[in-house]
Amino acid sequence: MADTPLLEVKDASKAFGAVQALYKVDFEVLPGEVMALVGDNGAGKSTLIKGIAGIYPFDEGETLVEGQTVHIHGPRDAARLGIEVVYQDLSLADNLDVVANMFLGRERLLGGVVLDESSMERSAGETLESLSVTTLKSVRQAVAGLSGGQRQSVAVAKAVMWNSRVVILDEPTAALGVAQTRQVLNLVRTLAEKGLAVVIVTHNLHDVFEVAHRITVLRLGQGVALFEREKTTQQEVVHAITAGKLDHVPGMEIAPGAVEAEAAEAEVEA
Amino acid sequence: MSSDPTAAPIGPVPGGARVDERHESATLSGYARLWWQGVRAGELGTLPIIVGLVLIVITFSILDENFLTERNFTNLLLQMAAVATIAIGVVFVLLIGEIDLSVAFVSAVGAVVMTLLLRPDNPGWPWWAAIGVGLLVTTTIGLLQALVITKAGVPSFVVTLAGLLIWSGVVLILTTQYSTAGTIRIQDDRVVGIANDFLSEFWGWVLAVVVVAAYAAIQLRTAISRRSRGLAGKPMVLIALQTVGLAIVTFTAVWYLNQDRGVPQVIVILGVFLLFWSFIASRTRFGRHVYAVGGSAEAARRAGIDVDRVRIAVFMISGFMAGAGGIMLASRLRSVATNTGGGNLLLLVIAAAVIGGTSLFGGTGRVIAALLGALVIASIQNGMDLMGLASGTKFVITGLVLLGAVLIDAFAKRRRAARGGV
Repeated sequence: MADTPLLEVKDASKAFGAVQALYKVDFEVLPGEVMALVGDNGAGKSTLIKGIAGIYPFDEGETLVEGQTVHIHGPRDAARLGIEVVYQDLSLADNLDVVANMFLGRERLLGGVVLDESSMERSAGETLESLSVTTLKSVRQAVAGLSGGQRQSVAVAKAVMWNSRVVILDEPTAALGVAQTRQVLNLVRTLAEKGLAVVIVTHNLHDVFEVAHRITVLRLGQGVALFEREKTTQQEVVHAITAGKLDHVPGMEIAPGAVEAEAAEAEVEA
Repeated sequence: MSSDPTAAPIGPVPGGARVDERHESATLSGYARLWWQGVRAGELGTLPIIVGLVLIVITFSILDENFLTERNFTNLLLQMAAVATIAIGVVFVLLIGEIDLSVAFVSAVGAVVMTLLLRPDNPGWPWWAAIGVGLLVTTTIGLLQALVITKAGVPSFVVTLAGLLIWSGVVLILTTQYSTAGTIRIQDDRVVGIANDFLSEFWGWVLAVVVVAAYAAIQLRTAISRRSRGLAGKPMVLIALQTVGLAIVTFTAVWYLNQDRGVPQVIVILGVFLLFWSFIASRTRFGRHVYAVGGSAEAARRAGIDVDRVRIAVFMISGFMAGAGGIMLASRLRSVATNTGGGNLLLLVIAAAVIGGTSLFGGTGRVIAALLGALVIASIQNGMDLMGLASGTKFVITGLVLLGAVLIDAFAKRRRAARGGV
C-alpha cells in the first residue's frame, strides 16, 4: 500500500442553517485499502459522503486527491476525479438489462448513430468477470429479475467501469441476506485488491470487521476515532460510536439539531 | 495483499454461468427454453396480443361470413392505419411513464390547418407545404405542452387534459369560422389519395419481396457480427423459420389485398413510420434514454441523462404522430368537420397502445404495440359493425378487451417483481 492517500479530506465542516452537521472532520483512504466509515444515525456519515461526491459541497475544509488539492462543486467534478458513489438501489433502471444499465448515459455508438450493442455487451461481461461477479445468468437479463446482491454487484461494476479510483459504497449490505452479503463483501475485497480505494459506509460492524483495513468513527459530526482493524475489537469500536471523546463539545442547541437534520435526510433518501 | 488473483477461490469459476447460456441460446431448443422461461417470469412480450388477435379473427369469422373477405380485410386496414399512427406517439409517451390525452384533438388541429391551407385559391398551397405546416403545428403543440409539464412540474395528465379542451375548442373555432356548414372538403388529389389510393398488383409484390428480404438481411447481419465478436447470436435455424413465417404472412396479405383493390398506400406510410420509430426506440441512444427515464427517472438523472430533454422530445414525437394520423383520417373522409378528432378517437388510440402491450407503468413496451393494438381494436369494431351490434354493446365489449389487456400487464408486472425478489 502506498503512503499518499488516494483521497484525503482535512478539517471538513458543513452546516445546514444553524445545524452543524460536520465539524472539522479528517478522513482518508489509501489505494488498495478498504476504509469503513461508521457511526450512529446522525453522526454525519452521509453528509461527509455527499460532500466528497459534490452533492452538498463542504463549507470549509480541503479535499485532496493523490496529494493534490481539488475542488469538488458537483457530482460531475467528483466523477471526473474518479470518485464514484454507489447508492443502494438508486442507480439502476429495473426495466433495462445489465448491459444497458452499465452503459447508461455513456452508450457506445456505431457511426455516431446506432448503439454498438455487441461491443458494450463484451465490455460489460469483461468488467463483471474481472470483479468475479459470476452469479448472473445473462448480461442481457433485465435488472428487475436480479437478486439484491446481484443488483449491488451490477451497480458497483457500473461505477468501476469508468476508471474510477475511489469507490464509495453507501450501506451496500443493508437490505441483503447472508449469502448475498457475502457476495458483496467479496466484491469489496476484489476492488481493493485491484488497487482502488474503497470506502464502505455501514451500520453493520460484522461486515466492517470482515473486510475493512481501517475504521473511521464519526460521532455527532466529529471524527472521534481511527482504528486499524487488526489492533482493535468490536467492543472498542462500539464504545467510540456511542461515547467517543469529542474534541469540541457542542452546545446542547447543536447536537440534537444535528441528529434531527440527519434523520430527516435519511428519511428523504429512503 | 499479494495473493495470486487466479488462485483466489471467490465464487464459482469466472464466466462459467455465462458460457453455459451462450451455448444454450445458440441452439433452437435452448432459445425456445429461454423464451419460455421469460414468459413464465412475466416477460410476455407480444405473446398475449398475437393469441388475442387470432382468437378475435376466428370468433368473428365464425359469427359473420363477411368478416374474412378481401374487401373487409382492406377496409379493416384502412380503419386501423390512422389509429395505429397516432398510437405510435402514445407508445413513446407511455414509455416514459406519462400520458397524452390531447392527441385526438391535436390530430384534428393538424388536419384542419392542412385543409385550410389547401383550399383552392385561398391560399391554395401545394399538398406538401400544407402537410408540412400541419405537422409543424402539431409538433409545436407537443413542445408547448411538454414545456409546461417539465418547467412548471405539472403532471402530464392535467396539462394534456387542458390541452384536450383547448384544442377541441380550436378545432370548433376554425371549422365554424371558415365554413357555415362546419365541414370543409379536401379537394387536393394527392392528399385524398393518402388513404384512398392503392398500390398496383406489381408494386404490391415488389413491396412484399423487399420487406422479407430486408428482414432476413438485417437478422443475418446482426447474428454474424455478434458471433464474430464471440457473443451468442440468434440460431440460424430460428432466423430461417422467422423469415419463412414473415414471408407467409406478408405474401398471403398482399395476395389477399390484390384480390380487392391492392395494398393501400396508407399502409405503406404506416409501415415506414413503424420501421423508423422502432429503429429510434431500440437502436439509438435516444431510445435507450426513453426506456431509462420510464424505468427509473432517478437512475437516468444520476447517469447524466437530461431527463427533461427526453420528456420534451417524446411529447414532440406524440404531437408529430398525432398530426400524421389526423391527416390520414381527414384524407379518408375527404374533409374535416366540427367533430373531427372527437368521438372515441382518443380512447381507441390509448387503448390500442395499451392493448398492444405498452405498460402504463412506464418503461415497458415496443413501437409495434401500436400496430398490434390498433389491429385488435379495428378487428373488434369492424366485426361488431358487421354483426350490426348496438353502439352500447360495442363500447362495453371494447372496454372489456381494454380491461383484459391492462390486467395482463398488471399480472405480468407482479410476476416480474416476484421473481426479482427485491
